[in-house]
Amino acid sequence: MLLESIKMSWENIVHNKLRSFLTMLGIVIGVASIIALITIVQGATNSISDQVNALGVNKITVTAFGTPLKHGLNDRDIRDIAKISNVSGASPTISGKTSVIYNKEIRDDVTVQGKNEVYFKTDTTLIKSGRAINILDIKNKNQVAVIGEDIIKGLFFGVDPLGKKIMINGTTFTIIGTLSESSGFSITSNNDTVVIPYTTALRSLGIKNVTNLDVYLNNTKIADDTVIDIKGVLNRAFNYNDDAYSVFNMGDMIESFQTMMAMMSLLLAGIAAISLVVGGIGIMNMMLVSITERTTEIGLRKALGATPGRIQLQFIIEAIFLSLIGGFIGLLLGSLIAYVAAKLIGIGFALSMSSILLAVGFSGAVGIIFGYMPARKASRLNPIDALRSL
Amino acid sequence: MTEILSMKNINKSYYMGDEACEVLHNVNLSVNSGDFLSILGPSGSGKTTMMNIIGCLDVATSGKYILSGNDIEDLNESELAAVRNKEVGFVFQSFQLLPRMTALQNVELPLIYTGLKSSERKKKAKAILEKVGLSDKMKYLPNQLSGGQQQRVAIARALVTEPTILLADEPTGALDQKTGIQVLDLFKELNSDGSTIIMITHDINIASYAKRVVNILDGNLTEQRRGVQ
Repeated sequence: MLLESIKMSWENIVHNKLRSFLTMLGIVIGVASIIALITIVQGATNSISDQVNALGVNKITVTAFGTPLKHGLNDRDIRDIAKISNVSGASPTISGKTSVIYNKEIRDDVTVQGKNEVYFKTDTTLIKSGRAINILDIKNKNQVAVIGEDIIKGLFFGVDPLGKKIMINGTTFTIIGTLSESSGFSITSNNDTVVIPYTTALRSLGIKNVTNLDVYLNNTKIADDTVIDIKGVLNRAFNYNDDAYSVFNMGDMIESFQTMMAMMSLLLAGIAAISLVVGGIGIMNMMLVSITERTTEIGLRKALGATPGRIQLQFIIEAIFLSLIGGFIGLLLGSLIAYVAAKLIGIGFALSMSSILLAVGFSGAVGIIFGYMPARKASRLNPIDALRSL
Repeated sequence: MTEILSMKNINKSYYMGDEACEVLHNVNLSVNSGDFLSILGPSGSGKTTMMNIIGCLDVATSGKYILSGNDIEDLNESELAAVRNKEVGFVFQSFQLLPRMTALQNVELPLIYTGLKSSERKKKAKAILEKVGLSDKMKYLPNQLSGGQQQRVAIARALVTEPTILLADEPTGALDQKTGIQVLDLFKELNSDGSTIIMITHDINIASYAKRVVNILDGNLTEQRRGVQ
C-alpha cells in the first residue's frame, strides 16, 4: 500500500517536472545555504582553533613590563613560578633581532630567541634533527644554537648544519639541532629563528631581564587558580605594582573564540532556516494547487474505494518527496559551494555528518509540516462534490 | 433471486443555510441479484442523490439502507470506502478515466485499494478488458481511445472488483447514439451473464433497455412495469 502511494506520488512529481523543480527551489536554496554556511564556518573555526591550539592551550603567557627599579623577571622569579603546583614548567623567552654569520655569509634580521629546556619538552615535534637545548646548556650558559628552516636554506644550502659554527652578535655558537619547518600561515613561525639558551642570550644579546615567560600547566581546568597563584608571585616580584606585568591565559582566548564562532554559525543557520520556511510555504502552495487541479481525480479515487487515510498518505508522501529531493539537491549544491569556498579561502573542508542529518531532517520535516494541511484538505473532499467539479 | 439491496423509508435533506430542502421522500426500493434496473427521472428529480446513496457516496438523513448485508447507516468514512470498493462498480457519464494512465492501469486502479498484488491486478484487469472487447487497446491512454472505447474501459474498471452492483450514471450521455446503443447492448450482455445493474438516466428510450424501470419525480419513487422491448 505504501509502495503504491510512493509510486503514484513519484509519477505525479515527474509529470509536472518544471513545476516540481520550481517548488523544490526554495528548499534547495535553504538547505544549500545552511550546509554551505555551517561547513564554511566550521572549517574556519577548525583552522583558527588549530592555530591557536598550536600556540598551546595549556599555556599561560606572562609579560613583564617591569618597574623603573626592576626591568623584568629574574632567575628567582622564574623559579618561584615554576614551583607553583599545577605548573609543569616555565619557559622564558628573550627575543631580539640580529644578524647571523656563517662562513662569511651574513643573514640579517634573524629572530634570536633565548629559551630554556622546558620549551622543547612541551612540544617534542619541535626538533627536526640534532638535539634540543638541555638543562646543562642553561646552567653552563653554553654557546649552542638550534636553527630554523629558512636559515638552513639561506646559510647551509647543501651542507649539514649540525656541528657548524655561526657568529651571533660577535659570539660563536655551535649548532646542535634544527627546528621543524612551521607552516607559512602559522602565527608562530620558527622558520627564520635561532634558538639559544636563555641564560646565554641574556649575556650575548645585551638584555638583562626576562620580559616574556610561558608557563605550562598540568591541568588546564584549574588554569584560573594558577593564574591567581602566578599573580601572587608577580606581585611580590614587582612590589605589588600590577601595572608591571600582565598574565594571559591562552585557554580563555580559545574558549571565547569558539563561543563566538558557534554563535555566529547559529546565527547564520538561523537566517538560512528562514528560507527553508519560505520553501515549505512554496511546497504547501503547490500541493494546494495540485489538489485543486486533481479534485476530480481525488473524487474518483474515493468512489473507487480509496479511504481518506489513503488519500492523505499519498499527498503527504508527495510533499515529503518534493522536499527531500530538494534537500538532497541542496546538500550537493551546499557542499559544492562550501568546497569551492574552502579552497578559495584556504581553510579545511570537512562536511560533518550532523549537517547532512540536519539537511535531511529539516527538509523531511518541512515536507511533513507543510504537506499535512493540504493532504488533510484532500482527504476531506466530498467525493460527490469532487466528481461533479468536472 | 436473493435481495442484495434494500431501502426502507429513505429520506434525504440538504441544508441550504437554515432551510432544509428534502430531496428524497420515503423511498423504498428492493433490488435482487440479476436485476437490470433503470431509475428514470428528469433533472432535479433527485436521481443523482439517489445514485449517491445507492453508491454509498452519501448517507441518508433517515431510513434504513442495506447493501449486500452492510448496514450503511452505521459505517464511517473509511468503512464506506471499503464498501464502495467491494460492492459498487461506478460508471460515470464522462467516463472519469485518469488521463495519464493506460487503459490497463485505469482498470487496475480499484484493485490497488482492494490491496491486491501487482501481478494479480494485471491478470484480473487484462481478463476483464478482454471481456469488454479491448484486449488490443490495453496500453492506450484514454485520449487515444474513442468515446465508446473509453466508456468500455470505465465499465471494465467498474467490473474488475466483481461488485455486487454496477451503478451507471447516464452512461450514454457523452456518446453518440450508435455508440450509446453499443454500450447498452454491453450492459444487457453483462446482465445476462449475471451482473446486477442499476442505471440512472433521464431518457425514457435508454431506460427501456432495462428489465425494470422505476420513475423518480420530486423525490418520490414509483415502480412501473414495462414490457420488454
